[in-house]
Amino acid sequence: MDRPMDLHYSDAQEAFRAEARAWLAGHAPAPRSLPSLDTADGFEAHRAWEAEMYADRWSVVSWPEAFGGRGVGIIEWLVFEEEYWRAQAPLRVSQNGVFLLAPTMFEFGTDAQKARFLPPMASAAEIWCQGWSEPDAGSDLAGIRSRARRSDAEGGWVLSGQKTWASRGAFAEWCFGLFRTDPEAERHRGLTYFLIDMATPGVTVRPIPQIDGETGFAELFFEDVFVADDLVLGQVGHGWNVAMATAGSERGLSLRSPARYSRAADRLVDLYADRLAVDPARAARSADAVARAWMDAEAYRLNTLWTATRVLDGGSVGPEASANKIHWSETDLAIHRAALDLLGPEAELHGDGVDAPWLDGYLFALAGPIYAGTNEIQRNVVAERMLGLPRG
Amino acid sequence: MHFAFSDQQLEFRDAVRQVLAKECTTDDLRAAVDAPSARTPRWATLAELGVVGLTVPEAHGGFGLGLVDLVALVEEAGRVALPEPLVETTGLAAPLLAELAADGSDGEADPRVTGWLGGIAKGGVAAAVGDAGRPTAPIAGADGADLLLLVTDVSGRLELHGLDAGACPVTPVASLDPTRRLGAPAWEPSPATLLAYGPRVDAMVDRTADRAAVVVGAELLGLADAMITMTASYARDRQQFGKPIGSFQAVKHLVAGAQVLLEFARPVVYGAAWALDERAPDATRAASVAKAYASEAALEAARVALQVHGAIGYTWECDLHLFLKRSWALAESWGSAGDHRARLLSSLLDGR
Ligand SMILES: Cc1cc2nc3c(=O)[nH]c(=O)nc-3n(C[C@H](O)[C@H](O)[C@H](O)COP(=O)(O)OP(=O)(O)OC[C@H]3O[C@@H](n4cnc5c(N)ncnc54)[C@H](O)[C@@H]3O)c2cc1C
Repeated sequence: MDRPMDLHYSDAQEAFRAEARAWLAGHAPAPRSLPSLDTADGFEAHRAWEAEMYADRWSVVSWPEAFGGRGVGIIEWLVFEEEYWRAQAPLRVSQNGVFLLAPTMFEFGTDAQKARFLPPMASAAEIWCQGWSEPDAGSDLAGIRSRARRSDAEGGWVLSGQKTWASRGAFAEWCFGLFRTDPEAERHRGLTYFLIDMATPGVTVRPIPQIDGETGFAELFFEDVFVADDLVLGQVGHGWNVAMATAGSERGLSLRSPARYSRAADRLVDLYADRLAVDPARAARSADAVARAWMDAEAYRLNTLWTATRVLDGGSVGPEASANKIHWSETDLAIHRAALDLLGPEAELHGDGVDAPWLDGYLFALAGPIYAGTNEIQRNVVAERMLGLPRG
Repeated sequence: MHFAFSDQQLEFRDAVRQVLAKECTTDDLRAAVDAPSARTPRWATLAELGVVGLTVPEAHGGFGLGLVDLVALVEEAGRVALPEPLVETTGLAAPLLAELAADGSDGEADPRVTGWLGGIAKGGVAAAVGDAGRPTAPIAGADGADLLLLVTDVSGRLELHGLDAGACPVTPVASLDPTRRLGAPAWEPSPATLLAYGPRVDAMVDRTADRAAVVVGAELLGLADAMITMTASYARDRQQFGKPIGSFQAVKHLVAGAQVLLEFARPVVYGAAWALDERAPDATRAASVAKAYASEAALEAARVALQVHGAIGYTWECDLHLFLKRSWALAESWGSAGDHRARLLSSLLDGR
């Protein structure tokens, strides 16, 4: 079947959009009305919102119905995301689970693991954090030292070591972590991917305040933490491959849907129009940056549809995910930097009683080139795996 | 939603890529630099394949296809820095003439127009089209063209004129890229040259500018790809400090940065071609994003390519400059990246 290029959404997709829009209009909390999800109260408020979405099957639309989804395709998921951001609905407290772990679990998990973990992930009854980075292993993830020792007697593994920068780790119930099960093997081969209940004896969590002062991430200490065999995701010793599947979701199609940036870019143009009336000289100096940022968001939207179509036609996303990650993180920065320049001396105003969405957004965007693998590492990947340059 | 080329489009593109790889080598480019000509055996081959007449309506001997089909091929033309005026003839003149031929308001289609369309389809007519926004600027491809399509502003009313080459002297204007064949026609609008006037010409002129942005954008994609490919290959081979220079991270990151820009420019150009074919409401915005993105991608690829080649890239002998010069010229033609950002922003503000 030779299909021509077509960028119209189908009638069925538009009907799905209308349904999502109507539901969100009736249910989504007012924009920015929930407390920050990096506080204990905010965490619970966001959890409650996701439970409400789950109840009406809107929390994980692309998952099979058996796990709480609607079984729709990737394009419908993008449509849903457009509506979600259009409604300015809350950030997803479940994002590590829903956007990163879930695709990996669908690929590598056993039926029992899927049945056990996916529904409470979708309802936000169980929220996940990612335990990969360590104090001495950031970019060089294969250099992790946290260990898992075999215990045949107990039928499982005993974890020890330290993880750090685990987003939402201060409040999460579960953790997907990478541990070294074979210290003798080559660095990439001796790793295993574990699903860890944070309530297990021996797990200690130490929250770390982020640049904005709130506890967005945490250090995790493991002292002889027992994890049963059925909590290994994928095969023992194959953790690196499993982790790279998760990293592909983090950099590629799953974590950052284009609607996030399209909405922010539209709001940037609104801000520009407002500032044109207030301070035309300053606005004029920002005109090029505003247009550039809007184009970056539009290019991201089109590239996502292009990639999604390739995936639907049976293709895969390889090192292009690294190019994607560079683009979304830099787009987010460009949008927010342009906004702060438009605001000028007002940009620094922050604190109690001041609603400063652009500054908050900027602080968040600043982490983009660091997490999910720094942009320097992604450039190495693009050079080596897309262009065949020799490893240095 | 299915944002991809069809299998047929990809097959045709691959066939054209193979032909051009044989018939448009860098030796051929150098020959074209020394003795430029619009009507080469290569042009005849492209006409035979149906590339030149791609956008000519079937009733006039062409394939009657749109910009989505065309951009895939023009990207290939950019990859080899094709010297012949494919963008001008097939990207700009033929769709404009097709609009005139389809416009039934004057009864019978104008025989001049149908003649030119038939000529393009057979490869016998190479065209050049003036940028209405820069009426006194030299026109790409005008030197050596068989047909000139020009727009004048007669006290606020736009007129479209068509001139056979013999009818007016064209003074060649030197460009850094001699295969651009810039020319300044000496002509006077007359009833004999007039093709159309009034508001419909305004609309045609606007659509021509949008098409130019997208088709030139497609050529820039091909150029950027060629420069990045040459550079990656050079970086694998060239050794310094006992290693390939491509193993140094400063070099890797330069090339990777250019590659990321190109990756994102591609769907932007293809999507704009689709929007123009569909006459989608945001087609003009899409065209601006396409030209801005493709221009930035090619300029960055050019900068990186020259830097990574070192001194050899600065020589006449190295083929790189053939691609650099075309990129620099095209990045500024039919609106620079900055021009298109300004155009986009005012359109976004109008919509508020
Ligand atoms: C907001 C935020 C949330 C995070 N959430 C999580 C989480 O939930 N779970 C988790 O496991 N981790 C998380 N991280 C950690 C993140 O994955 C790491 O910060 C990242 O991998 C970089 O590691 P690092 O911070 O140790 O920096 P380093 O690896 O020490 O790098 C420092 C600098 O050196 C550069 N560099 C290092 N190696 C190279 C190289 N080979 N070539 C070129 N440059 C190089 C880097 O690009 C960077 O600029 C989070 C980080 C942030 C900022």
